[in-house]
Amino acid sequence: MNAEKKRKVESFLALLMSTMAAAFGLFWLVFILGDVLAHGIGAITPGLFLNDPTPPGVEGGGLKNAFVGQVLITLMATFIGVPLGILGGTFLAEYARGTKTAHVISILADIMVSVPSIVVGTFIYAILVRPVGHFNGWAGAVALAVIMIPVVLRTTEDMLSLVPWTIREAAFALGAPYYKVIIQVVYRGAATGILTGIILSIARVAGETAPLLFTSFNNSFFSVNMNGPISSLTVTIFQYAMGPYDEWHAQAWAAAFIITIIVLALTITGRMIIKWRYK
Amino acid sequence: MPIIQRKNAADFSFSLITAAASFTIVLMIGGILAVLVRESGPAIEKFGVIGFLTSTDWNPVTKSFGAATTIFGTLVTTAIALSIAVPTAVGIAIFVTEIAPNFLKGPIGIAIELLAAIPSIIYGMWGLFTLAPIMTKYVEPALQHSIGKVPVVGSLFQGTPMGIDLLTASVILSIMIIPFTASISRDSFNLTPSVVKESAYAIGATKWEVVKNVVLPYSKLGVFGGVALSLGRALGETMAVAFVLGNNHQITSSLLDAAATITVTLANEFTEADSDIYLSSLFYLALVLFVLSFVILAVAKFFLLRAGRRYSR
Repeated sequence: MNAEKKRKVESFLALLMSTMAAAFGLFWLVFILGDVLAHGIGAITPGLFLNDPTPPGVEGGGLKNAFVGQVLITLMATFIGVPLGILGGTFLAEYARGTKTAHVISILADIMVSVPSIVVGTFIYAILVRPVGHFNGWAGAVALAVIMIPVVLRTTEDMLSLVPWTIREAAFALGAPYYKVIIQVVYRGAATGILTGIILSIARVAGETAPLLFTSFNNSFFSVNMNGPISSLTVTIFQYAMGPYDEWHAQAWAAAFIITIIVLALTITGRMIIKWRYK
Repeated sequence: MPIIQRKNAADFSFSLITAAASFTIVLMIGGILAVLVRESGPAIEKFGVIGFLTSTDWNPVTKSFGAATTIFGTLVTTAIALSIAVPTAVGIAIFVTEIAPNFLKGPIGIAIELLAAIPSIIYGMWGLFTLAPIMTKYVEPALQHSIGKVPVVGSLFQGTPMGIDLLTASVILSIMIIPFTASISRDSFNLTPSVVKESAYAIGATKWEVVKNVVLPYSKLGVFGGVALSLGRALGETMAVAFVLGNNHQITSSLLDAAATITVTLANEFTEADSDIYLSSLFYLALVLFVLSFVILAVAKFFLLRAGRRYSR
């Protein structure tokens, strides 16, 4: 074999291995999604959404409490996290643009995005659960908000930075104060981007389990009282999947299926908005 | 640079509000550190720092706690997961940037990112119900019959295959972090200027030679950053491993044994801690994890920033 042929064969083999790596990665995606779909879809019944859990062995139990609790906790987390994230991002991209402070906070936010979520759970337990004396839904919402804020903040910062500086100057020239320029001009220019950030951050926290384990905990009864323990889909999946009963497992698969669909739908929506807007 | 006179009161208050909002990040990180240190105070006092990190005791009855077993579990699962995930992820990145035809680049990139978006509890549950039985029935016996026969290395695969063990947990963890590493590597590869690649092709380099000698050296900082970021993620991952690790506090030579990681211990025992020193020790574990992952993520960020700066020049 001459040198040229050897190089070609080597190149072919290396590329073949890369292709196999890609196939390997896609294989898991198909495997996991297919499995969740196969197990989950059969367990979905109207009763799952309409009934509350029954004791093991009693037919007709559902997860209404968990669906409502999950929506409630996620919604409250969004109400807390999104405004703080957007305002914080505004500071970094506008008032503090280019300063060292903005740079440091931006890096810290990036780190905070990846900090283990279970650590956030222990932190919130210490400040919002133990002083109160019992698990409560607000603690769960705040824990999710803590995870959301850095995500929204960083996206907002990036999106505001994409708005050309000349547009602001045009508004300044009309005599507008900076806060009016931000709210009426810059936000408008970056609206789709910020919205995408919000959608992706909701997708991120909707599937979080670890921070809820010691904050909102779980509740086998229907409850919308954020001051008491409140059920969530993810914690219910953890409890049901680890439990000994077959009907619990079936319901856990159904819940897993629904949560996967919701999270993936949010993620795809977010990506599509980015593609459509920033092509 | 904004050069605005702050003569407007409304403007001034808006700037203060936004500043306060951005400082919640600093507050959160400082708060987590301060609260964890305060809560783990009794345990720090009782077991010390070196003593806690090196003690293999984890006994709620005698109230003697040490972190060595959980740190062992965390490091072993993370190391195995990375050794599977990093080569795969780099391979995926090479495929997506250099090999795949244009119409496939987008869809495969999106598919990999969807893999990253799946909540970790789904991975964990899937691992318990689907992967663990497969590992018990096929993969682990096969490993025992092949590598298990080799002296020294074989001791890694001793014992009855149960599926609930270090190996299964590591495999799930690796599937979880492949997408992170792959998408950061891909972004770094994409930053290689095509002029440089084209000049390599022009002197007759094969595709693999271009990847090996041009793209990889050019983007190695970014790839290092991506690997460090995945390492940080893997250390702190809870739900993906909580189902299949068994939460058994032991240091074992076999990968087919149950073990515990810091995160799994927290998830399983935090709400059940029945004494103050027990709870305080759990906070201590959380503190160790927080510091460890913070440092690793900071290093990752450093690499990624350096990489970004180099390309923008």
